Amino acid sequence: MADRRLRAGVVLLVLLAGYALLVPWLAGVDDRVTDFAAARQGPSWAHLFGTDSAGRDLFVRTAAGLRVSLFIAVVCALLSVLIGALVGALSAAAGGWVDRLTMRVVDGVNAVPHLLLGIVLVALFRGSLVAIIASIALTHWTQVARIVRAEVLSLRDREHVDAALLGGATRWRVVRRHLLPAALPQALVAAVLLLPHAVWHESTLSFLGLGLPPHAASLGTLLQEARSSLLLGGWWTLVFPALGLVLATLAVAAIGAALRDRAALPERAGAQL
Amino acid sequence: MLTLTGVDAGYEPGRPVLRGVDLRVAPGEVVGLSGPSGTGKTTLARVAALLLAPQRGTVEIDGVGASGVRYARDPRLRTAVGMVFQSPRRSVDARLRLRDVIAEPLRLRGLATAARAGATARTERVAELAGRVGLTADLLDRRPHEVSDGQLQRACLARSLASGPRYLVCDEMTAMLDASTTAALVGVVGAEVRAGRLGVLAISHDDALLDVWADRVVALGAAVAGPA
Repeated sequence: MADRRLRAGVVLLVLLAGYALLVPWLAGVDDRVTDFAAARQGPSWAHLFGTDSAGRDLFVRTAAGLRVSLFIAVVCALLSVLIGALVGALSAAAGGWVDRLTMRVVDGVNAVPHLLLGIVLVALFRGSLVAIIASIALTHWTQVARIVRAEVLSLRDREHVDAALLGGATRWRVVRRHLLPAALPQALVAAVLLLPHAVWHESTLSFLGLGLPPHAASLGTLLQEARSSLLLGGWWTLVFPALGLVLATLAVAAIGAALRDRAALPERAGAQL
Repeated sequence: MLTLTGVDAGYEPGRPVLRGVDLRVAPGEVVGLSGPSGTGKTTLARVAALLLAPQRGTVEIDGVGASGVRYARDPRLRTAVGMVFQSPRRSVDARLRLRDVIAEPLRLRGLATAARAGATARTERVAELAGRVGLTADLLDRRPHEVSDGQLQRACLARSLASGPRYLVCDEMTAMLDASTTAALVGVVGAEVRAGRLGVLAISHDDALLDVWADRVVALGAAVAGPA
């Protein structure tokens, strides 16, 4: 069951990534160039997804938007895992007041609404890709930190850690060689589950007009533009970018759920030994 | 000499499992420790191996007082005491091949000294240690779930010897093993002891084994102090 879900998710994601990477390249046109003579045309053979209010082809532009959104999501997820795994593992391995203080900081970050903090960060650096990535990564590492910390707490007093310690290992060595690698599968599952969340965050920021500038395609900017066309009957301007968002979310969610099931399996197998 | 003096130890403050324990292990000597379940044999083993701080009393190794335990150990005592645990499954990282399990302390020693042990030297040393505990070369590339408890415990013993400890605590090392593996492992440890390289604290329920293995046996739960 988990394998079928994983395969379906991977196939869908590969198709989406192929579409996002290849279409803008093969189309040979700049998706930002406007052609008002062709504005708001419905789907046809010439324009499979129709055109937007500036006459730009939505088949190409949705692909370009998907590419940008997926790129932002992947970078955010990786950064979140990096920060979260290090904070979680070191906090649990250190224990005592270091652990308590770190967890209160995590609670503090969690207490601030993510979107609000993201908006503040992005507003400071309007239209900057780095600011968008930072605003998502800096607000989403906490769940990874919690997962990794819980995993490391359950591992740090095991006998194989004692054995490494007696062999002369330092705390950092134990974290690096025994605790982090054991906690990493769980952290990666969290990262995969974070991907659609990051896509949604980026879309929301751009939809609110705080993300990327309107001419730069992302799923968020496309949905934001669709608002005006929708009232004039241009349903396709909303449907196709939204479909990209939903399909990317479903693909990644399927992969994440399958990986989470798989990560839980060795524990069960181990218990039978 | 590994010396425990007036040790109280336990896991909750004010509720020691052990009270006023004195114990001495000299290099070249095997001291057996017997006693019924729940008398604190493993707790004592963990105190001796500097994994658990005594609530009262002192631990001294070759004249150096142990000021901290676990990561806070005195650097001079970092690898002074080795330990072989009861369950080999629980005492190895399930992701590592046996070769890497045995090599881990060697890597650490390599990092700690100026003359960094090369990969070749390490491979040779792993092969030598594996040979000493009776592990064949083909087993070294297997992971823990692909070998038996006995084979895994052999690897654990090789790992303990790899760090070059002056004292070895064997906490029910043979409890999960068959007679021939037990004899083999006790023989390996015995050879190290006879060579004067090792003092051993052997913990076991098996009085018959301790009679054969240990130079003297102390019973926990009764008087623990051994002769000086």
